[in-house]
Amino acid sequence: MSKRINKSKVTELDFSSVWSYAASPESTDHIKIAPRYEHFINGEFVKPTSGKYFKTINPTSEAVLSELAQGNEKDVDKAVKAARKAYTEVWSKMSGAERGKYLYRIARMIQERSREFAVIESMDGGKPIRESRDIDIPLVAAHFFYYAGWADKLEFAFPGKSVAPIGVCGQIIPWNFPLLMAAWKLAPALACGNTVVLKPAETTSLTAMKLAEVIRDCGLPPGVVNIVTGDGVAGAAIVNHPDVDKIAFTGSTDVGKIIQRATAGTDKKLTLELGGKAAHIIFDDAPLDQAVEGIINGIFFNQGHVCCAGSRLFIQESVHDKVIRKLKDRMNTLVVGDPLDKNTDVGAINSAEQLGKINHYLKLGVKEGAEIWQSSCAIPRKGYFCKPTLFLKASQSHRIVQEEIFGPVLAVQSFRTIEEVIEKANNTPFGLSAGVWTDKGSRIFNLTTKLRAGVVWANTYNKFDPTSPFGGYKESGFGREGGLHGLSAYLKI
Amino acid sequence: MSIRNFIPTVTIDQTGVEERVARLNSRSIKKESKVFALKMALNMIDLTTLEGKDTPGKVKQMCYKAMHPHDALPGIPTVAAVCVYPTFVALAKKELGNSGVKVASVATAFPAGQSSRDIKLRDTKIAVDAGADEIDMVISRGKFLAGEYAFVYDEIAAIKEACKSSRLKVILETGELSTLDNVRLASEIAMQAGADFIKTSTGKIQPAATAPVTLVMLEAIRDYYYETGRMVGMKPAGGISTAKAALQNLVMVKETLGAAWLSNQWFRFGASSLANDVLMQLAKEAESRYQSGDYFSKD
Repeated sequence: MSKRINKSKVTELDFSSVWSYAASPESTDHIKIAPRYEHFINGEFVKPTSGKYFKTINPTSEAVLSELAQGNEKDVDKAVKAARKAYTEVWSKMSGAERGKYLYRIARMIQERSREFAVIESMDGGKPIRESRDIDIPLVAAHFFYYAGWADKLEFAFPGKSVAPIGVCGQIIPWNFPLLMAAWKLAPALACGNTVVLKPAETTSLTAMKLAEVIRDCGLPPGVVNIVTGDGVAGAAIVNHPDVDKIAFTGSTDVGKIIQRATAGTDKKLTLELGGKAAHIIFDDAPLDQAVEGIINGIFFNQGHVCCAGSRLFIQESVHDKVIRKLKDRMNTLVVGDPLDKNTDVGAINSAEQLGKINHYLKLGVKEGAEIWQSSCAIPRKGYFCKPTLFLKASQSHRIVQEEIFGPVLAVQSFRTIEEVIEKANNTPFGLSAGVWTDKGSRIFNLTTKLRAGVVWANTYNKFDPTSPFGGYKESGFGREGGLHGLSAYLKI
Repeated sequence: MSIRNFIPTVTIDQTGVEERVARLNSRSIKKESKVFALKMALNMIDLTTLEGKDTPGKVKQMCYKAMHPHDALPGIPTVAAVCVYPTFVALAKKELGNSGVKVASVATAFPAGQSSRDIKLRDTKIAVDAGADEIDMVISRGKFLAGEYAFVYDEIAAIKEACKSSRLKVILETGELSTLDNVRLASEIAMQAGADFIKTSTGKIQPAATAPVTLVMLEAIRDYYYETGRMVGMKPAGGISTAKAALQNLVMVKETLGAAWLSNQWFRFGASSLANDVLMQLAKEAESRYQSGDYFSKD
């Protein structure tokens, strides 16, 4: 049987010429961003005691969007007092059904203003509008809806056990999913009858302040939710405040360790959702084209600013070259640029600081001897951007394999046997998530029981749902958010 | 006994394919990019009539439409080809003259393909001798589902030989193949047997050219190209009736196979009603308002 094989004729596919997509930017005409935002304490917008403000910028244009109140111990103290008063006098006494009504109302108001929230999220944080519009904001509403449903059913949540709210919760959230992380924290806390002092991340506080408007407009009793903006000073003030009963933190492992030390020996309950360095494993019988899409979603979703990002790729050696070829082709089709353009796949890096950190790792990877490959896509000259990057032939002892980069950078290793890949996948101080691609059901069950990670996705990646618990092993933290498990973090059981 | 054991080279996850399609469909095609793509789509259409009631009159009218889709608007390209039964090939050839519009003919006991090898070869020869530039054959789906892959392969190879210099499009009739894994395997068999194009459907069976099926076939073409260096064309047929769906198909081609496939040499739409919706969109882009369907000829 004659086959016309002429490998010399095979040229790389060209994804850029002939036809390109015209710019298709989401409109910002309807967006109102005030020149200045105050703290939201006791149902009112109040000036910071320091009188100081800090600027928040658009990472795409580097232009100042607004300025925010610089919080300190005094502001936090005011917020905690308001939260305590609201807890004792109103919120903990209210029936679950009534609390649920407020949460449903917040969910609906977010849906009504979803376009506005999505656009501001993309302007302030740099994430593509495709994600803020289709993933972040719908999930925000979904979390409020989900926990609203639990508010009047708490006594049935843990059969045979009685439950009670914890009290005043201090919640400190990261910059990668600003409004979604606020929802993950607020919705279960409020459903369970707690009051909250929330501190959004310094670079991405705008949607939290817009959420404050929703909270005020929905008539939530004053003091039930208080939002204090600022940097680590405000965060530390919340962690160290003696009248805070629980701390929930999502962010870096380094800060998580500081918080754990600070709360040690106190009565404060603590949940931490920290860093990750997830193994994403591709077996030779996997649906390879769909697996490649999973790899893309795993590492380039939100510019790789995802604690559960699939940042360590393990490919079975027999399909390694094929998968890399497919992956490179797919990466060449990624559109990197203006986050507000509807065709943008990868937006702006959140801050100059983070871009610096990523660039440091790019240099380090090259120095360590991994083979760097970057997408042929164009990136804008202005603003903070990074080309989607692969490090091929990486090894387990490279720091780019061991440390969380939190950017669009994927370290690729090959493996030969199941035992080997399980050992390598678990050989990390982190344990937040993992992904497995195989056509064999039994292999999926084998791996899900052996991978030490809080979330293991099979034949998909980065799927989130309010009903599903999320959280880590080891240095990725403890406690679970989402689902029934998420309730237990906000209840005395 | 089969001399060749056809096994699929890769597995397909349907949910993953559907998600990829949804993401590709979210591409926003606007302004000059849209006009360019609409003209490209029009130029890729195989204007088709495959009915028992076809007559020379009907075929003549369609041939004129193929060469002059909408003379009221300047700069409108012709379609790629007309697609007819073998009995109308000579007529279509004469009508289209040297316009550049090709004549494609279905053959091999279209659409069911339930006939002998001899009849199928004769059917093909009649169309080729009448001057068909392209032959659209159907595979034997019954044999495929029965696992007789070598039979399917041999049949395609035999028809390819009968095609001489005419290009062969192989219709998989994916609506009868049931799974995407089967679509992938049938695509590979057809390409290995010599197909110049692989085509989704006859248009007589539902579902026809769904986006997931088209994506799986495009990925098969890409892998085959890397394997052999040979480019194979793609023709989704049946069910694509709106300009929007056509643009979504072009996005799939662009992001799966790249620029080299973005011409009617390598990509076709098998459709009859698509042309007018594309024309309507082009007129709207030119005049900034929608016209009623009565302003576009229905041939």
